[in-house]
Amino acid sequence: MSLPTKLRHLAALTALALVAAAPAATADDQSTGKEQFFPLQSYRVGPYAAGGTGFFGGTIDYFNLINTRDGGVNGVKLTWEEGETQYEVERGVEVYERLKNRANIAAWNPLSVGIAYAMIDRISKDRVPLITINHGRTDSTDGRVFPYVFPLLLNPYSETSGIINYLASREGGVDKLKGKKLVVLYHGSPYGKETIPIYELLKDKYGFDVQQIEVPHPGNEQQAQWLQIRRIKPDYVILRGWGVMNPVALKTAQKTGFPADHIIGNVWSNSEEDVLPAGDAAKGYVAITTQASGADYPVLQEVVKTVYDAGKGNLEDKKRIGSVYHNLGIVNGILNVEAVRIAQEKFGKRTLTGDEVRWGFEHLKLDEARVAALGAKGLFHSINVTWDNHEGDGRVTFQQWDGAKWNVVSDWISPDWALLRPIIEKSAAAYAAEKGIKIRTSGDVDKVTELGSEAPAASAKN
Amino acid sequence: MANVAAPSTSNSFSWQVPAWLAPLAVVVAAFGVVPFVASPYVIEAILLPFLALSLAAVGLNILTGYAGQLSLGSAAFMAVGAFAAYNFNLRVDGLPLIVTIILAGATAAAIGIVFGLPSLRLKGFYLAVSTLAAQFFVQWALTKFGWFSNNSPSGVIDAPPLAIAGVTFDGAVGRYLFALSVVTVLTAFAYRLVRSQAGRNFIAVRDNELAARVLGVPVLRTKLLAFAISSFIIGIAGVLWAFAYLRTVEPHGFNLDRSFQILFIIIIGGLATIRGAFFGAALIVVFPLILSRLGSAVFGTVFDSGVLDMSQRIVIGALIIIFLIAEPDGLAALWDRLIKRAHGRTEP
Repeated sequence: MSLPTKLRHLAALTALALVAAAPAATADDQSTGKEQFFPLQSYRVGPYAAGGTGFFGGTIDYFNLINTRDGGVNGVKLTWEEGETQYEVERGVEVYERLKNRANIAAWNPLSVGIAYAMIDRISKDRVPLITINHGRTDSTDGRVFPYVFPLLLNPYSETSGIINYLASREGGVDKLKGKKLVVLYHGSPYGKETIPIYELLKDKYGFDVQQIEVPHPGNEQQAQWLQIRRIKPDYVILRGWGVMNPVALKTAQKTGFPADHIIGNVWSNSEEDVLPAGDAAKGYVAITTQASGADYPVLQEVVKTVYDAGKGNLEDKKRIGSVYHNLGIVNGILNVEAVRIAQEKFGKRTLTGDEVRWGFEHLKLDEARVAALGAKGLFHSINVTWDNHEGDGRVTFQQWDGAKWNVVSDWISPDWALLRPIIEKSAAAYAAEKGIKIRTSGDVDKVTELGSEAPAASAKN
Repeated sequence: MANVAAPSTSNSFSWQVPAWLAPLAVVVAAFGVVPFVASPYVIEAILLPFLALSLAAVGLNILTGYAGQLSLGSAAFMAVGAFAAYNFNLRVDGLPLIVTIILAGATAAAIGIVFGLPSLRLKGFYLAVSTLAAQFFVQWALTKFGWFSNNSPSGVIDAPPLAIAGVTFDGAVGRYLFALSVVTVLTAFAYRLVRSQAGRNFIAVRDNELAARVLGVPVLRTKLLAFAISSFIIGIAGVLWAFAYLRTVEPHGFNLDRSFQILFIIIIGGLATIRGAFFGAALIVVFPLILSRLGSAVFGTVFDSGVLDMSQRIVIGALIIIFLIAEPDGLAALWDRLIKRAHGRTEP
């Protein structure tokens, strides 16, 4: 008994010592050279591992490409560390607390709405940007209230509007939407619920009928929901799923006799991992995307050549190179790197503070020519982030699954930003009032926290 | 669970330190030393969830450990507490935080009584299954009716700042002290309670309901009282979870997994002991984090985080089995044995 006890004590003490020593140790290895650190709250375990491995794999692959091919961004090396979250808020917060004191943090990329929500207050105090590409809190698009939060490319409302615009074009005009019946099948989570009001708004505007049905997390049992759909007999089902919920939806749809080509997937229901497990049932299924899939784009070819051929690729399964999540990770890598590059042009080619990188994101303008120069022509359209529009007018396209690969079936479609902006501003203003946040003006944009200076001790929201 | 005695009885004629000295020393250290030595990471990521879940486990231990009513609805009562506190704070102007918290606990207690009603007819696993209803119903209601989350589009609520009589408990240390005070007060309350007549009634009902009835214990009232007090404490634990620890909360954060987690805490820590809740919470909350840090420090460069996480689950699962084989009455009993052994005494 006593030996195991001693061992246990020893183990506990060692562990405690490590916990205590870890922040000190990490501070040392940063002091040499110019670097920009990316804490990655990744998830490679649990029901959403497919999304996590693809996305974070893509981002890391792109960082590796920049480090190997270019020697970093103008000589500033990109570094990162992963912390496993399993897509759980508590774990995400734990990883945040663990990594937040690392030097030279450029931006956070949690890829989870729940974790992002929990971090908004915290990172605003730290003055470090929080990137929620293709998801996140919609009203954080309003940079006047959320200076540090960036739902890049596509916020949930724009996505919704994009889907409705696509359906209108498929039906032959917005007036044809009148009287159509839609069902939105959404994931029972903050992410899933985010678009409920916007479907109601668009319903009133275009005169279609919409019923929104929740699938409880994680969504591996949907018989009841699809029987309900069968009773409703909708023209289209919009799948606002995530992870295992998507293939189950497609399979259950097939069982209940709903045609796959009338199911429209949203941006988190659009990957190979969503359709492959559904097999036959997915053939003809259509989904929205901000970034095309495939590995033919020059930037993907360079990733293969420079990173994977050198044995440094992050994906275990090379067949996933160019898959939807991997390409989203690549695009996310591009946007993060370009924000750093743009900020460097303003502040100098050195390690930047989080606040300086925030400035970079707020001037992240990549037109089609620049996207082509980055080797991503056709991979994604363009982005134009400004200080008060943190989404950046991303375009969407639609892809159809033919049983083996995704084929693009639409042009680049613009969501109805003008319609959405007032709702976003209203929601952001309510948040500002609740939190006592001072609304920013364009004059505040260029005020950044310099290197070495402390973030202001007291901010408005204390 | 029937053979667990109240922990202090075997020590009554003991020669050394009085029984209250150890808990007092822990409380003094927790208030006086920890805030000065603990890093924000330790407080935010380890101590705050540890405190909230310990308190929830103390609450569940009253119901399951002392009164013998198995419940799988703990997370639901935490959710009721958290959302009730949020709504009282939002909708009643100028309500002091203390009152908000008590009202939140009272709301959880009321819901607890409602879902405790089946306990009058059901026992054991059947009761556990019926408390599952609380788990699903509460989560469904909080998601379904936007009013509970002030019509936040995603159902996520932001916790207000913690302030009592003009003193704000902002920052990691402030929120830690706030949570610690609440936990200390409620734990002391639970400690007194289980030694009162009501506490003895709980144990009587647990050990033999028929005998309790013959002795004149009001069984129905005792069971509902256990549900009420337990839910009150768990509800306040929910407030701590939402307001002091995460500072944001969504109904999904209080899912069935959390209920199981709290149940496992009291089983591993030791049923019908107050200390067991803290030991169990330490093992369930803190240990995985330490293991995770250890794992990534040693193997971080070799394996990716997914492999490490999977391995940790295996290690933790194996450890739980080993602990329970070593001492089926939980860590609290294991601790007692170690202390006795350290003093050179044999089992009584």
